[in-house]
Amino acid sequence: MALLSNTAVLLGKELRTEFRSRELLTTTTVFVLIVIVLFSFSFDPTSAESRRFGAGLLWLAFLFAASLMLQPCFLREQTSDTLSALRLSVSDPFAIFLAKLVANTLFLLLTELMLLPVFAVMYNVPVLATLHWLILVFFLGSLGVSIAGTALSAISAQARMRELLLPLLLLPLLTPILVASTEVTAALFGGSPYVQWKGLGFLAVFDVAFLTTLWLLGEYLLEE
Amino acid sequence: MKKSVLSAVVVLLLLGAAAYGSFFIAPTDAKQGLIYRILFLHVPSAWTGLTAFFISFVANLLYVWRRQPRWDWLGVSAAEVGLAFTTVVLITGPIWAHPVWGIWWTWSPRLTSTFVLWLLYVSYLLLRTLIEEPDRRALLSALFGIFAFIDVPLVFGSIRWWRDQHPTPVVMGEPGSGLDPLMYRVLFLSWFAMLGLMTLLLRQRYRLESMRGDIETIQRELEAA
Amino acid sequence: MTPPSFSPTGIRFENIDKRYGGLYALRRVSLEIAAGECVVFAGRNGSGKTTLLRIAARLARPSGGSVSFVNSRAEKVETLLPAGFVAHATMVYDELTAEENLLLFARLQGIAEPAERAAKLLREVGLEERRKSLVRTFSRGMRQRVAIARALLNQPAVLLLDEPATGLDPQGVNWFAETIRGLRDSGRTILMSLHGESEVSNLATRAIQLDSGSVVADTRTGANFRSILSFAGA
Repeated sequence: MALLSNTAVLLGKELRTEFRSRELLTTTTVFVLIVIVLFSFSFDPTSAESRRFGAGLLWLAFLFAASLMLQPCFLREQTSDTLSALRLSVSDPFAIFLAKLVANTLFLLLTELMLLPVFAVMYNVPVLATLHWLILVFFLGSLGVSIAGTALSAISAQARMRELLLPLLLLPLLTPILVASTEVTAALFGGSPYVQWKGLGFLAVFDVAFLTTLWLLGEYLLEE
Repeated sequence: MKKSVLSAVVVLLLLGAAAYGSFFIAPTDAKQGLIYRILFLHVPSAWTGLTAFFISFVANLLYVWRRQPRWDWLGVSAAEVGLAFTTVVLITGPIWAHPVWGIWWTWSPRLTSTFVLWLLYVSYLLLRTLIEEPDRRALLSALFGIFAFIDVPLVFGSIRWWRDQHPTPVVMGEPGSGLDPLMYRVLFLSWFAMLGLMTLLLRQRYRLESMRGDIETIQRELEAA
Repeated sequence: MTPPSFSPTGIRFENIDKRYGGLYALRRVSLEIAAGECVVFAGRNGSGKTTLLRIAARLARPSGGSVSFVNSRAEKVETLLPAGFVAHATMVYDELTAEENLLLFARLQGIAEPAERAAKLLREVGLEERRKSLVRTFSRGMRQRVAIARALLNQPAVLLLDEPATGLDPQGVNWFAETIRGLRDSGRTILMSLHGESEVSNLATRAIQLDSGSVVADTRTGANFRSILSFAGA
């Protein structure tokens, strides 16, 4: 199917570009690290409460980082007007979004998994036993962040003050992800052997809702 | 002219009736005394705000589909009116909470969700100020408006399910908090009155926006010549 | 040159309007470009040349009217092949090599044997030696060659060129003119917008002048070729 093959080709391009320079990954990872460290100055990270707060702080850090990481998404297609070239070449413009949101999810997930051990050590949180569940909630949450963020990045790229605009538009929109992901993650950090299916299900619903909306509205986001 | 005066009078009467009902017909609450009556302003404002945002959502969909400026005018007007009512909710919340529970902000599900809603639509309006070209502005803000409204049930749902752990003051008008049936009647009367007010404000704002749109068009034509 | 693997295609603009919030970039433009014609559009900045070309490329949607492709018998066709489009912006990725860029777009367009096609085009535009270099390292002239290669990937019957020769040195302009001559002679329909007279504009068989979004002169209706071009960029 043309949509899938186009998406695969574009995904290849997004990944190749990023792994060549690694600029998004490095800056995002460092940023999350900075936020995690700074948060630790706001309260006592060794106390028992840190396990409750920890999940929230972690997801907050992820959200802030994502809202910065997603800015270049469509901005970089403006420098040489490569967006027009893509629009001329693909049969379904949704492929452009699909490729970018998959790539963004991957980058976010990579950053999160790299920082999880750092976080676990600094905040004294057990993660090995529930690692597979953590990966699942990281994935579902990051997917939602990517879908909304990629869509909004296409909007903010066409407005002024775009650097400040994307976080402004994105962060309130991602409240449900912050709430649900924090709940699931906090339970896992707290040592609960069961994962909160309600939370995971909710994240899945968010992802499906926004992906469907993006699919329906995609071509208008790129209109000239 | 006559019609708008008549409708204003009708709305005024409805609001008066609602106010009368709030103060004199609704029974006194044993625990909270007089202040609980702000419920009849607080809750219907929330419902009216949501109604206005829904109208904005429909207008946004229609604009993306038909591209007629009038849907853009309706979309921004409804968003602003909705924001006004939402602000009332956020103000009456603390006014109610403080004398009764000694705290200003209660983090109840409604209040918290409403705050996020408020932020979302402030962003919508902010986005519009950052795009100069009118057609682009209309399209992009309509698209954002659609995403924002899709988010609304998700915001309310997530906060209701997982942020309900705080000792929510009972009878803050949350569903199932056990209101007297007479109170419900006054509540709905109040909402009806507010919907009337919302319609009035919408009409005015819409007319203002359509004039602004025409002026902007003329301005741009002059600048280009 | 190998025989054309495309069918000659013309363009029909019918009552094209393009509004940007009350401002008309194009106003009731109706034109019939026959298959195989080489047309140069002239006009001041903001006269609507770029908008018209982008509408023909299907990048922009007209606010009113329609644009369609027609065959040599002037009947409308639903052509699956999009037009080749070259603009001042190169529309290729700086962070990829010339080869990677062409491969990317060839694959996206579903071209059979994309690698061969990319290699062939790189040879034709004289970039074979630099095919593994990042486009970021290219000069302006070389970037335009990549852009032309990209536009020719799917062997389009129609070429749209929006001021593509700007920023090229005399050698670059020379090469460009030769390339366009070859494409014209092979029967392709070419629409280009240019600033002023040059080797490239002299390749055209027809000139059209736009002003404030309307057609004000057309050699097809008797206007003078030279005088149309001298209004360009004034």
